[in-house]
Amino acid sequence: MTARTGAIDAVWLMYRRDLVLAFRHWDQLAQPVVFFAMVTTLFPLALSPELGELRQLAGGALWVAALLAALLGLEFLFRADHADGTLEQLLLSGQPLTLLSIAKGVAHWTICGLPLVLVSPLLAISLGVPAEALRTVMLSLALGTGILSALGAIGAALTLGLRRGSVLLSLLVLPLAMPALIFGARGIDMAILGDSARGPLLLLASMLVLALTLAPFAVAAALRISAE
Amino acid sequence: MDWTWLHKLASPPHAYRIAALLAPWFGWPAFLLIVVGLFGGLVLAPADYQQGDGFRILYVHAPSAWMSMFIYATMATAAAIGLIWRIKLAHGVAAASAPVGAWFTFLALATGSIWGKPMWGTWWVWDARLTSELILLFLYFGLIALRTSIEDRERADRATAVLAIVGVVNLPIIHYSVYWWNTLHQGATITKLGKPSISGDMLWPLLVMLAGFTLYYLAVLMTRLRAEILRRERDASWLRTELAA
Repeated sequence: MTARTGAIDAVWLMYRRDLVLAFRHWDQLAQPVVFFAMVTTLFPLALSPELGELRQLAGGALWVAALLAALLGLEFLFRADHADGTLEQLLLSGQPLTLLSIAKGVAHWTICGLPLVLVSPLLAISLGVPAEALRTVMLSLALGTGILSALGAIGAALTLGLRRGSVLLSLLVLPLAMPALIFGARGIDMAILGDSARGPLLLLASMLVLALTLAPFAVAAALRISAE
Repeated sequence: MDWTWLHKLASPPHAYRIAALLAPWFGWPAFLLIVVGLFGGLVLAPADYQQGDGFRILYVHAPSAWMSMFIYATMATAAAIGLIWRIKLAHGVAAASAPVGAWFTFLALATGSIWGKPMWGTWWVWDARLTSELILLFLYFGLIALRTSIEDRERADRATAVLAIVGVVNLPIIHYSVYWWNTLHQGATITKLGKPSISGDMLWPLLVMLAGFTLYYLAVLMTRLRAEILRRERDASWLRTELAA
């Protein structure tokens, strides 16, 4: 029998395992990014191809598209682990479930949120966002997808194994994510107008800190309830 | 201190009987208060110097908005009690409250919209308080949907309780973020304790309506709680003897 694994090691192993599993199906990793690009394309088609007009809507369009794309991936956060019994092993492992759920959340963000952030400048330029604002676009989406991963993990844990769980998941998570949308989109708008987006970004950052602090407890409790 | 009375109260047979006993004691005063409040608000109170008689919808709108939040708080407290001390009755209270809260939220939105038409010239504005009330309605929908989606009763109870608590933490954030986002709505009328920005003969019917609505909720809660207990305890032997008697 090997020595007991420390909690930090367990978190690292969990994170690495999730990444390894995700990269085995790397073609699936591209799906949220493609979805993000497609939804963003809908806005010029539906509204106007005029860059000047699109620029005014760019912050909101990017955020709505990213929110929906990130929501898509949430369903799979715990599903495979639940289906093959890994989740029960995690519950029985004696490792703190809160830390493990942070590891899973961060892994999910790396797989699902980070790619959205990385392609966002391209999409932003296509909507007429000036180059000076691209940094704010990336920063606000990075913080926002982080918040969504934390909140979404709660919803994913609660709806685990339910029929029609994905619709329910959106219903539960979207109202909770609205404050992030407000400040995220506002930040991008301010940056496009040439103002400093410091205020909204700091508010987003504080929301992320709060979500990271409290959400793991809710996720752990929800996982225990769902796995019973 | 002796807490046995509390455990006794939380047992389904006792709660079932006490709820039956209390329902009319909440129901009739609620009816009287609402009748008095409506008379005071619709007939006795003077017309507003700016909004004329249009402001009178306030007597339904403001109490509904108050109830939408009060019921959410009650529901979340009951859910937390049920989750922490594993009291099934508390989950029953939460389950019985959610649809009532959702309806009051809807009523607040509907009356707000009807009020907005003559005052702001449009049925709907993306005003801060209207929007946060709308998000509250979505939260209620989420809670109800989650509960009905889970077949196992105990899991449904506890999962919904977690969501209700998450919602409580989020509500202030939603409220303030929406508030900073945009605001048109007039300031709250009664939050300024001591000197409300409403004259006395307009205020008292509002307070009477508030009390009436709260008692109405309690009366409905008692009735719904009895139904909830019936559903949950349908296989229990005490229920059979209770109903046979």
